[in-house]
Amino acid sequence: MITAGCDIGSLTAKAVILQDRKMLASEVILASAQPEKSSIEVMRRAIEKAGIKMEDIEYCIGTGYGRKHIPFMDSLESEIACHGRGAIWQVPSARTVVDIGGQDAKAIRVDEKGNVERYVYNDKCASGTGRFLEIIADSLDIKLEDMGAISGRSTEKLTLSNQCVVFAETEIISLVNEGKEIADIISALHQAVANRAASLARGILVAPDAVMTGGVAKNSGMFEALQKALGMKLHRVDNPQINGALGAALFAADTISGSRQ
Amino acid sequence: MFAAGCDVGSLTSKAVIMKDGKIIESVIIKSKARPWESADEVMGMALSRAGLTMTDIKRCVGTGYGRDKISFIHEAVSEIACHGKGARWLVPSVRTVIDIGGQDCKALRLDDKGNMMKFITNDKCASGTGRFLEVMAKVLNLSLDELGEMSARSKQPITFASACTVWAQADVIQHLNDKVPIEDIAAGVNNAMASRMSTLANNIGLEKDVCMTGGVAKNDGVVNALEKHLGIRIKRIRREDPQIAGAIGAALFATEKANGGVL
Repeated sequence: MITAGCDIGSLTAKAVILQDRKMLASEVILASAQPEKSSIEVMRRAIEKAGIKMEDIEYCIGTGYGRKHIPFMDSLESEIACHGRGAIWQVPSARTVVDIGGQDAKAIRVDEKGNVERYVYNDKCASGTGRFLEIIADSLDIKLEDMGAISGRSTEKLTLSNQCVVFAETEIISLVNEGKEIADIISALHQAVANRAASLARGILVAPDAVMTGGVAKNSGMFEALQKALGMKLHRVDNPQINGALGAALFAADTISGSRQ
Repeated sequence: MFAAGCDVGSLTSKAVIMKDGKIIESVIIKSKARPWESADEVMGMALSRAGLTMTDIKRCVGTGYGRDKISFIHEAVSEIACHGKGARWLVPSVRTVIDIGGQDCKALRLDDKGNMMKFITNDKCASGTGRFLEVMAKVLNLSLDELGEMSARSKQPITFASACTVWAQADVIQHLNDKVPIEDIAAGVNNAMASRMSTLANNIGLEKDVCMTGGVAKNDGVVNALEKHLGIRIKRIRREDPQIAGAIGAALFATEKANGGVL
């Protein structure tokens, strides 16, 4: 039984292919302006990696903000459901999922079967999302993927007084002008983003075990900062960015087999 | 008897000099990196234009976010109190004041004697502040004045999915790429400002008459959009520049204190 999940986010498109609920292949690409194109491209690459053909996929579920534009999907599932399902598959003891994406953040409480009990979602304010990091990386001319390593070299604790991305950007520029170290600034930035995401997550009463997913979880500095903000240990998953697509592919397997495993 | 008010804001600094409760001089400058430099410069300019020196000023009140750093003032008074006082002096019938600053916005309600009944401020989020307009004007490559003028010609204003400046900026860029007419984008920007401001104003309970202070009050596009949103006429301030309302309030407090409690 081969099933697939396709997660079209605002910044990246993700595909997962499973054989009997085991990973065959996964792929992440930068999303283009057209979600349809992104979905075709990411799935084409995943299929190639898996060494299969499109016809071999028995069922495919689409998720993510661009899910309605995926031409080849058999059905749709909400991001929240897919993230809950994916997280509990990766970390069976997980009861809380904090997902920070490129343009949103969500926190989900799941029961032991991965059913969503409660969730909160923010896509109204850029603070507490990956966009905050992106904007600052851009204005400091550093790479997004280098931010974790850079913040690891921080020696002085700084605190940003602004929560708003627009105001924080100005504040960061003046910190640079004052001669503060970039590592310390990035570390303070991580804490600001994490604090914002944590205050969102506290709205659903974070229960252990908690797991962090989404592209931002690949940033080790953010992972540490979120642990600090929530005051608890978080579980790492191997590839946090494909969690939603994984959940979708698992739902696809459930649909075919008629039961959840 | 001379009294003065100095309002040091995040973007602009204002000074007002009064003689016996009447404005004889006012100056607006762009704020410097340090609030005390702004205060010294703006007050220095006002004094020299009035042909006075600091020793002629019987009392001076400071306000604005940098008020505690002003060296020459006798006391500091909150922005809220000064804006209320200044707005009432400019529009005696005013009950609700909406003040949009460069990096904050506030709404306040006065009773018929000018006492502060209720107020609300936002300085946490750039949305609904002058900063929002500034960011949008920059993306659109327009001056703030042009942004206001443009919007009057719009037939189909765009709408934003969220109030966040960051997301709205991304939306504007998308609309520009899609060749949406600039006037429709400009009108959408002004509507977004108005919507955010009316939320704030409705929060404190709107009461007539309503007036707007701060630099944004000079932007007709925003004021018209706000009137539409609130469904209420906004009294235009014509007596003086609405941007100096806070400094006027400060100068009035100074006059009052110097006169032993009366204006």
